[in-house]
Amino acid sequence: MLTKRIIPCLDVILDDTGGSVVKGVEFIDLKKAGDPVELAKRYNEQGADELVFLDITASHEKRDTMIDVIERTADEVFIPLTVGGGINSISNIRQILRAGADKVAINTTAVKNPEIIRESADIFGSQCIVIAIDCKRNYDVNTNNDKTVMQLEDGKLAWYEVVIYGGRKRTGIDAVKWATQVQEMGAGEVLLTSMDRDGTYDGFDIPITKKLSETLDVPIIASGGVGNLKHIYEGFTKGKADAALAASIFHFGEYTIPQVKKYLSEKGIAVRN
Amino acid sequence: MKKITIIDYGLGNLRSVKKGLEFVGSHPKISSKPCEIINSDGLILPGVGAFSDAMNNIQSLRSTINDFIDMGRPVLGICLGQQLIMTCSEEGGDIEGLNIIPGSVRKFPCNNLKVPHMGWNSIKIIHDHPLFRGIENGEYLYFVHSYYVKTDIKHSLASCDYGLDFSASVISEKGNVIGTQFHPEKSGDAGLKILKNFVDMC
Repeated sequence: MLTKRIIPCLDVILDDTGGSVVKGVEFIDLKKAGDPVELAKRYNEQGADELVFLDITASHEKRDTMIDVIERTADEVFIPLTVGGGINSISNIRQILRAGADKVAINTTAVKNPEIIRESADIFGSQCIVIAIDCKRNYDVNTNNDKTVMQLEDGKLAWYEVVIYGGRKRTGIDAVKWATQVQEMGAGEVLLTSMDRDGTYDGFDIPITKKLSETLDVPIIASGGVGNLKHIYEGFTKGKADAALAASIFHFGEYTIPQVKKYLSEKGIAVRN
Repeated sequence: MKKITIIDYGLGNLRSVKKGLEFVGSHPKISSKPCEIINSDGLILPGVGAFSDAMNNIQSLRSTINDFIDMGRPVLGICLGQQLIMTCSEEGGDIEGLNIIPGSVRKFPCNNLKVPHMGWNSIKIIHDHPLFRGIENGEYLYFVHSYYVKTDIKHSLASCDYGLDFSASVISEKGNVIGTQFHPEKSGDAGLKILKNFVDMC
């Protein structure tokens, strides 16, 4: 049986000297606490199903540092690796895949230039093109009647608007329509982050996760908001996601991956042990 | 030292396969040169991408690969590489494959399951084989594919269930050509063990 995937996300900060650290890591027993490669190895040993590296450095002139991090990780960690953050061209994608990443996650660039989805899927194959969709709830359901309006848990109505530049800019684009479009253009997977939930520890944004999981044929990775084990469980049961991405709960050592999998397994969710 | 050659026919990322083979102690070489391929102890036929592109690209090496197989040496096709060694594929029409193992490559039917079949799924080992030495029945391995291989039980080493039973691993009549639909180079420790087992067979 195909298992649900647990994916730790490493937000990588690159510096001028070629160094790199992962944001928010507080492992006390790790030799180099913030080293992305060490952390990737650790998560692999714990049974992570995939890894995501997100380059959160504001300027992407330090791309060579990221390439080095990818290469060193891919030399020692033999599970799928997705790399995202500031990817803006075919040559970027090629460089990252050649360094040993299996997939790239494209976000803002795909919104600004959707053709990059088709082009990159044609060249590299859909399986390595992940489209990251960041969205925010928009409660204005009257003037935007062509939007996919949903009822939220509290009974309110909202549609989900695509946001870019790390959530700083609203686009007016309906997230459900956008997700359908990226699938048609060749995306092999969608990484969905609700900016209303990101960093809140309130759990995944279930309405949009469920809607996309039911609408799309490609797998959905739910992201943003995980604070406890039940949240992950609900992402799979209520949200119907194929994979769950989390950062803080793993980095801060609140939960280990085996703990997550044991919990899910006991609740009847198929996971890889 | 065993000479393993990863056949480079211009598609896909070969780095992970190479690193995986290095990790288990072999010295693989990526090559598209017939003289290097024919003088190897074992071949890896990797593959990511479209069936027809792969068949076009591999035509010039076809006779070399066939000669290598005729000498009885081991070949491992991974993912699209497994699909290429079958008779034909319906990906992109009805396209002839390398026809080393009888069987066809088919699109997953549109039911409620997501396509591509992506992630970790368990395999059922059908025939004992050195490739799966140390691998338990039901082991989870990493898959990513939209088409699956259908062959008879004789040529199927392992199966996997995704809405239907498909061949997770195939084997030729003479036993020296093997395919895996999963990616051993992306399947963690279990995958590395399978790569090691292949190197030991060479």
